[in-house]
Amino acid sequence: MSIAKVPRETLAIALGADELAAELARSGHEVVRTGSYGLCWAEPMIDIDGIAYGPVTDLADLDAVRLGPVDALPDLARQERRVFDRCGRADPFDYDPAWVRSQLERDPAEIIDEIEASGLRGRGGAGFPAHIKWRTVHDTPADEKYVVVNADEGDSGTFADRLIMEGDPFRLIEGMLLAGRAVGARKGIVYLRSEYPLAAEIFARAIKSARAMGLLETCAIELFVGAGAYICGEETSLLESLEGKRGEIRAKPPVPAVAGLFGKPTLVHNVITLCAVSGILDKGGAAYADLGVGASTGTMAFQLAGNVEKGALIEIPFGVSLRELVEDWGGGTRTGRPVGAVQVGGPLGAYLKGEQIDTPMTYEALAAIGAGVGHGGIVVFDDTVDLVRQAHYAFAFCAHESCGKCTPCRIGAVRGKEMVEALMASPRSGGELAIIRDLCDVMEQASLCQMGGMTPIPVRSALGLK
Amino acid sequence: MAATEPGLEETRVRDIATSRVDQIGGTIAALCDIVRTFGCIERRHMEIVADVFNLTVAEIRGIVSFYSDLRTERAGRRHIRICQAEACQAVGGRELTAATAARLGISLGETAADGSISLEAVYCLGLCTSGPSATVNDRPIAYATVEALIESPQPGSARGNPSHERSPQPGSARGRPLAGK
Repeated sequence: MSIAKVPRETLAIALGADELAAELARSGHEVVRTGSYGLCWAEPMIDIDGIAYGPVTDLADLDAVRLGPVDALPDLARQERRVFDRCGRADPFDYDPAWVRSQLERDPAEIIDEIEASGLRGRGGAGFPAHIKWRTVHDTPADEKYVVVNADEGDSGTFADRLIMEGDPFRLIEGMLLAGRAVGARKGIVYLRSEYPLAAEIFARAIKSARAMGLLETCAIELFVGAGAYICGEETSLLESLEGKRGEIRAKPPVPAVAGLFGKPTLVHNVITLCAVSGILDKGGAAYADLGVGASTGTMAFQLAGNVEKGALIEIPFGVSLRELVEDWGGGTRTGRPVGAVQVGGPLGAYLKGEQIDTPMTYEALAAIGAGVGHGGIVVFDDTVDLVRQAHYAFAFCAHESCGKCTPCRIGAVRGKEMVEALMASPRSGGELAIIRDLCDVMEQASLCQMGGMTPIPVRSALGLK
Repeated sequence: MAATEPGLEETRVRDIATSRVDQIGGTIAALCDIVRTFGCIERRHMEIVADVFNLTVAEIRGIVSFYSDLRTERAGRRHIRICQAEACQAVGGRELTAATAARLGISLGETAADGSISLEAVYCLGLCTSGPSATVNDRPIAYATVEALIESPQPGSARGNPSHERSPQPGSARGRPLAGK
């Protein structure tokens, strides 16, 4: 019997994957529901006996969308998948826990040494060296410690957390268990945004399954689904939310690694950071550090989104240029027009234009032009983009999502929005730009967290302010 | 749930809150349950939750007002959310929102007077390669069009032929619309 693999993933389902799966089963195929490979432009992408087809709209005319043998697809073969290596290949629940069991026997100090050797940095946006957090939590004495996973993936243009939680939830469980072992935490909590209901369903099932396998005896894992607040992606706001409160951010210090959830030492990491742990421990930290450039070690899951012909998740080592990603991997804009601007790193990321698009994708090179990798989201706009309007949106989004705790963010965003509106009404007066510049300085320097602190990045880059 | 007797409803809310009281993020989880069960959170629900969690009603109201899922007014029977974030802006999300609002005669954030339909902003559904994206009663829609949002069969009701349930896809060779500029 022929085997048909059909993704059970939100985008594929939005484009008809469930109906295709039912139709394939009716026509006598053995249907396996897998994760997605992340070649979103080809969704629903199905694999029948090793041959990929996509985007499939009509099973009667598969040859029209034949992509070729899955293992030879250039868009997959050219990647260096260390996190997403299992995603898409199989039923995520077809899982053998033997490897993680053997790793959980390892000495905590040895695990942390491997993480340090890998040079792994946080994939949520800040890029902070992971091992420093691990060591801090490990070294802080306490009766209770936590591993908290930030799956509040609110940045527009990002979907890596969703893809891995839908397509390989055990990879995250492995990362949490190994981190728990290393830092001495007996409880792990995943904070998932409510906009991802399928990820919640699949991950909840994976927790049950892991429990049945006896994997959660040393570190219990639970899932918490948020209630709609972008700011809860900020780690201290997320912790407040887990404590059942308004997601108002906390002043730092103390950092969560010292006093986090319920005041206990807490390792807070983005999903992808923890999902990198298995690969690092399997092949060794040094092998991971061999990938990438300088202090940007390993692979990054770049997500090509917006007005792009071939939107996808592409896991490759750091160092590729933004232009290569957008034009070579992404095939340029979906509208066929020239690229106008590219926003890198979510709503708090810079709008890059012209020769800035030749920047290599590393933490350092992007920082040098006032930008950042963020969570790896790359949103492409064509040349019809109105950047003044995008600056307005950056302020408006900050005003909408500000937790309200600190004045620069709460008031600054509203004033900034008004100033851009005045600028749009009378573009030549010039006075508004001076005020916007001042507001950006105040927000950047005086906000309590990155929501207010980084909103100036898209604003300044969109308006061409230094 | 106008048909529910007040006493029964109170018991139900108390049971929900009590079942969450020892959990992580219990207040928020309980309030989400209340929205799922009753469609929205009313003042009297907040009083019961406050009582169970030993908090003030003001604290509960503060939580409710912070999170966008914790709605205090019922959504329309067809509840449309359209992504307003950058990746969807880049492919006509603003224009889709304006056209949908114009067709429905309501603005973003409003519910039709007869409760038949509501239109709400959402900030990212994680379908950023394939925008504009939206949901209709929580069913995800990629490459969304006004027609798909307004005319697609009500999710959860009759499951029609799948090809009719998908967004109409005129246009490009790949069977998806261009952003059209």
